[in-house]
Amino acid sequence: MLELYEGPVPVEEILVRWYKEEEKSNYGAFIPFIGTIRDEEGISGLSFDIYEPILNSWYEAWTLKAKQAGAILKMAHSRGDVPLHKSSYVAAVFSPKRRVALEMINEFVEDFKASAPIWKYDLRDGERIYAKERSTAIKGSGLLKGKS
Amino acid sequence: MVTIEFLGPIQKENITMEASSLNDVAAHLSEDAELKTWLETCAVAVNDTMVMDLDTELKSGDRVSLLPPVCGG
Repeated sequence: MLELYEGPVPVEEILVRWYKEEEKSNYGAFIPFIGTIRDEEGISGLSFDIYEPILNSWYEAWTLKAKQAGAILKMAHSRGDVPLHKSSYVAAVFSPKRRVALEMINEFVEDFKASAPIWKYDLRDGERIYAKERSTAIKGSGLLKGKS
Repeated sequence: MVTIEFLGPIQKENITMEASSLNDVAAHLSEDAELKTWLETCAVAVNDTMVMDLDTELKSGDRVSLLPPVCGG
């Protein structure tokens, strides 16, 4: 289940709802990850662009991978502006035993950072500035730069 | 004709061009000085599927997307 929100993600509502959705599913472990906007370098918040078609196919591949490990994934992310101390990202893994969920949440979040087609901007002095230095080139990048 | 679209922060309008493979797209875009840095760091999708091969064939109506470095979360 992939959920996209305009502005901050409603963390409390999401965590309670996800917990309730799976409380009778016989998963022994529920490992959430919550990403929150920190007050640093004079920003007033962050902003996000998302390209949904490729995000959806990336997420579907992960859903299949989780299923093969007997686990399920849930994820929510923001689009547009998110102010300081609000959250832009919630992900969770449910699995029968803790080991699968603990390992998968790490692998999932790392791959999300490296591959999910989401672009981050700093909000500073009324401007929206691409967070180029903190961004990661997707695997296979540079294909069109031509032969050198 | 194929359509080239520039996602996220690139801030450039779509381009349409004749192309039979991604080689043609690479040659055309390399003429645009503004795109030089982006071409070095962008990944590429054809019709929303990521591709890794410049010899990927294109047909009329295909959509080529440039995906700059990402940072979700």
